[in-house]
Amino acid sequence: MPSTFRLFVSAALARTYPRVAWLFRSNSWMIQETVLPVLAVAAFAYAYRAMNAPEAYTGFLVLGAAMTTFWLNVLWGMGAQLYWERDSGNLELYVMSPAPMMAILTGMALGGMTTTIVRATAIVIAGVLMFDVPINPSSWWLLVLAFFVTLAALYGLGMLFASVFLLWGREAWHLVNLLQEPVYLLSGTNFPVTVLPRMIALVASAIPLTLGMDAMRQVLFRTPGLFEVWVELSVLGGLAVVFFFCARWGLRYLERRAREEGKLTVRWQ
Amino acid sequence: MNPIAIGTNNLSRTYRKARKRRWWWSKPKSSTEANEAQEFIALDQVSLEVPQGELFGLLGPNGAGKTTLIKILTTLLAPSAGTAQVDGLDVVKDAQKIRPLINMVSGGESSGYGILNVRENLWLFARIYGVPTALAKERIERMLGVVGMTEKGDSRISHLSTGQRQKMNFCRGFITDPKILFLDEPTLGLDVTSARGIRAFIKEWMKEKPDRTLLLTTHYMAEADELCDRLAIIDKGKVLACDSPANLKRQVQKYPLYELSLAPGANGWAEVESLPGVHQSTATTTPTTVELKVSLHDEPAIGAVVQSLVTSGGRILTMKKVEPTLEDVFIERVGHGLSDEATPASVAQE
Repeated sequence: MPSTFRLFVSAALARTYPRVAWLFRSNSWMIQETVLPVLAVAAFAYAYRAMNAPEAYTGFLVLGAAMTTFWLNVLWGMGAQLYWERDSGNLELYVMSPAPMMAILTGMALGGMTTTIVRATAIVIAGVLMFDVPINPSSWWLLVLAFFVTLAALYGLGMLFASVFLLWGREAWHLVNLLQEPVYLLSGTNFPVTVLPRMIALVASAIPLTLGMDAMRQVLFRTPGLFEVWVELSVLGGLAVVFFFCARWGLRYLERRAREEGKLTVRWQ
Repeated sequence: MNPIAIGTNNLSRTYRKARKRRWWWSKPKSSTEANEAQEFIALDQVSLEVPQGELFGLLGPNGAGKTTLIKILTTLLAPSAGTAQVDGLDVVKDAQKIRPLINMVSGGESSGYGILNVRENLWLFARIYGVPTALAKERIERMLGVVGMTEKGDSRISHLSTGQRQKMNFCRGFITDPKILFLDEPTLGLDVTSARGIRAFIKEWMKEKPDRTLLLTTHYMAEADELCDRLAIIDKGKVLACDSPANLKRQVQKYPLYELSLAPGANGWAEVESLPGVHQSTATTTPTTVELKVSLHDEPAIGAVVQSLVTSGGRILTMKKVEPTLEDVFIERVGHGLSDEATPASVAQE
């Protein structure tokens, strides 16, 4: 029997594999997940141009569209994934295996990040070329750090959603739908979040996407943000740790409850 | 080393249906009567012991509790009462210690990822048990050879037939080399040749290492008879009998059994059960005949059975005395046949 760490890594990488394979074997994602978001950006971009808005605003849009793909992946590829895994019969195989469920979730997150980074990069390249977005970051290193800390917090939240889905059925589905559109507004996907009333912006800061995008916009376009970049990155780092541990605790608690209530093996609920 | 691989003691599992609410904010009904009506007992005080190295079978109709028992033993479901141990470890307290030792294959399961091919899916499920890649590949090739799917190894599983997916899942159960394996209807939906190959492999696999234990559930009497060292007959959550197939059949031998084939439209077969000397009877209606099985307390009572059928207008097409099979044991213990069509004569008449 391999050590706990080796088993964790082995299981996480194994679960990463289907997602990465999907990237190379699925032919339709390029159109669906790159062209369509860029078209959505175009509508706002032309509206900003008509209003003579600062050029950086177009950059906000492109970044927002790229980061939105991560949010969608967190909701549907992490949160709702265990629901699909249960319906396909994979969940019981994972639970029955010696691999910790956190390893499976980590694999899902790594796979999701890998595929979504490719999609997001395609969106950014298309957006920058089409709309001539000015890119002049104050620090590339800070930008990369902000990006990965945002991903850590986002996917930590995704793991938390996934653990909740272990117990809930369609109710959790509704929750995902509920979280999708309002978050676009609260996190300032298509506009600088600083234009929101201060109280709303503070509440929205609990969503990793809000602070993550704000920090990256500050670094990338040298515009003012909600807080200093280092404050936002610290909060995001804290959120990542909190979400990860809550997911770990939640997974154990909810797995126990799901076993008691027979919900690990019940399909189509 | 624990001599008892699987043990249960008064193991019960009750499912509770969610109580209905008129509106989501209104309180659900909580009267005792309503609670009782919404409870379903899937397992009722089951006590079993399966020694290490044994191929143990569970035989029962749909909804008998076989799968519930397997889900508890594989740590996927918690018991409502009683205890269960796998390799001496408690399924509730020591679930994490049990998991490296076991694996399970369910008939008709649809697990796996359609985007991956057969070899990749099997590799994935080997890696979550920590099986090194080289060893996993070696075992995968062996298992694909066993089920005759070596050429299909590079096909995406979304392109496989149901039977081929079933074979892939069968392979999945073995590539982790479990100490205790649970096979829940492993030959469900497979053609005769494939099922025969799988049964032959199961026997070979058990011989390879004497400490391996296998718990098999099946609908197929012949499969249980051929494979199992011992088996338990389970119905409505209760274990009705537990012994070797030979001993179980010997127990039923005390009731001579006759099979009569009657022309369609025959009447009076429902009354057969009430004749003196008749122990039990079951009838199965087919489009062309009524197949009647009659077990007797006293062998001479067959005369009265024939007379009763003839006088009530029945036309006997064939009649033969049959040697007991596991199905007869099942009828004897459960009161009806295993197939859904076979119902007690008294019910079939209604």
